[in-house]
Amino acid sequence: MWSELFLLPFLTGLCLALVLPVLGCFLRLRDEWLAALAYAHVAAAGALLALVGGLMPALGGMAAAALAGAGKRLFARRLAGGAAFAVLLLAGWAVAVLLAANQPLAERLGHALFDGQLYFSGGAQLALVAPWTAFAGAVLLVLSRHLLLARVYPDYFRARHLRAWPVVLGFDLIAALTLALATMTMGVMGGFALIFVPAWIAFRRAAGWRRGLLLAVATGVVGYVAAFALALWLDQPFGPVLALLLIALGLVIA
Amino acid sequence: MSAPLIRAQGLVAGWQRPATAPLDFMLEAGRILGLTGANGVGKTTVLSALAGSARVFSGALEMRPGLRLALQTQGVPPVDGVPLSGRELLALTAASPDGLPPWLVGRLDHRLDRLSGGQRHYLTLWTILQAPADLVLLDEPTNNLDAAGVAHLATVLRKRAESGCGVVLVSHDHDFVDQVCDQVMVLQEVADVV
Repeated sequence: MWSELFLLPFLTGLCLALVLPVLGCFLRLRDEWLAALAYAHVAAAGALLALVGGLMPALGGMAAAALAGAGKRLFARRLAGGAAFAVLLLAGWAVAVLLAANQPLAERLGHALFDGQLYFSGGAQLALVAPWTAFAGAVLLVLSRHLLLARVYPDYFRARHLRAWPVVLGFDLIAALTLALATMTMGVMGGFALIFVPAWIAFRRAAGWRRGLLLAVATGVVGYVAAFALALWLDQPFGPVLALLLIALGLVIA
Repeated sequence: MSAPLIRAQGLVAGWQRPATAPLDFMLEAGRILGLTGANGVGKTTVLSALAGSARVFSGALEMRPGLRLALQTQGVPPVDGVPLSGRELLALTAASPDGLPPWLVGRLDHRLDRLSGGQRHYLTLWTILQAPADLVLLDEPTNNLDAAGVAHLATVLRKRAESGCGVVLVSHDHDFVDQVCDQVMVLQEVADVV
């Protein structure tokens, strides 16, 4: 009973608390931290659309986020300078709110996604999140050098005939799908807090990239565990407690 | 004798329109070619054409197949606010720290955005210069360097060439160009040639 209620959601969130801060560091490196909010809102809209259509919400959320991650390249010229993420954010938010307002079926899930309730996660969610986060972490490690090189020495990157599109597309898909799972698991803002705050602290304080990643993961995990316990103890929604704890941690450390 | 690294005949390079007069030059492995000339004659454009980013409008540009390029541009790598140490920067291009000047060796584990402008410039230059490459392209490498930095760079460039690497460098610093280059080409404005 305890395991069903608390252990499975805890482990599901823990997997995300390990990988979201790393993803946040790479998003910040690429000046794309707004992507976290954009993909989360698109995933929420996709999940609600799937629910209304009689499909699995998690699949709908992941499909919508993956489509957004891969599709934004098609509009890169018109939506330069992060505009793509702002447009995705607005569109995702609008669709999600309209669905929740007009479809009774979507209203409850909509509240859960935007309130950030971790405790609805079960075994099926963990079975999806655990292997995906392990895969995403491994891919980020593989892409790490090219992502850094493309940022610091874009001309060297091109002169070596290193192909940018597989790196960028791979990263976009990893970011979109991880954010989609995070949104399904801990809500829009819970996932965003784990993307934004640990990376912010790491970029302010770390002496190097590797140390920065470690500091971000440590911050994310400590914040997550503390928020889980506190939200349970105070009987509060998880997402806002996590966000407030991480902000407090960030203001002290950064 | 091996094929030259670069052979250019009547090369006219540019971006939207031609930006250089026709150029003829050749570079063999182990030699340093200096490009000088007034502002706007297309020195950087020639480097960009060699790197494959600028357009070749006419003439022929042959590069030895399989050439590994390393390109340093005048732009400062955007590392402000990024937790990246000097040692990690070198690792990105597999550049060796061996031979770094003493005033940089002790700072390799510092964040790049906490180094002085000159230290950061030399380290970012070193990262390209010492990357495994057959041809190194350098754009105004002496910018932001003090006398000690310029002297050290001259020595390192000669050693790099002696190891078999070809180097093309663009510079306004005529003393530096005369000191390190095996061949020098003074570019002229398009209007002067036409």
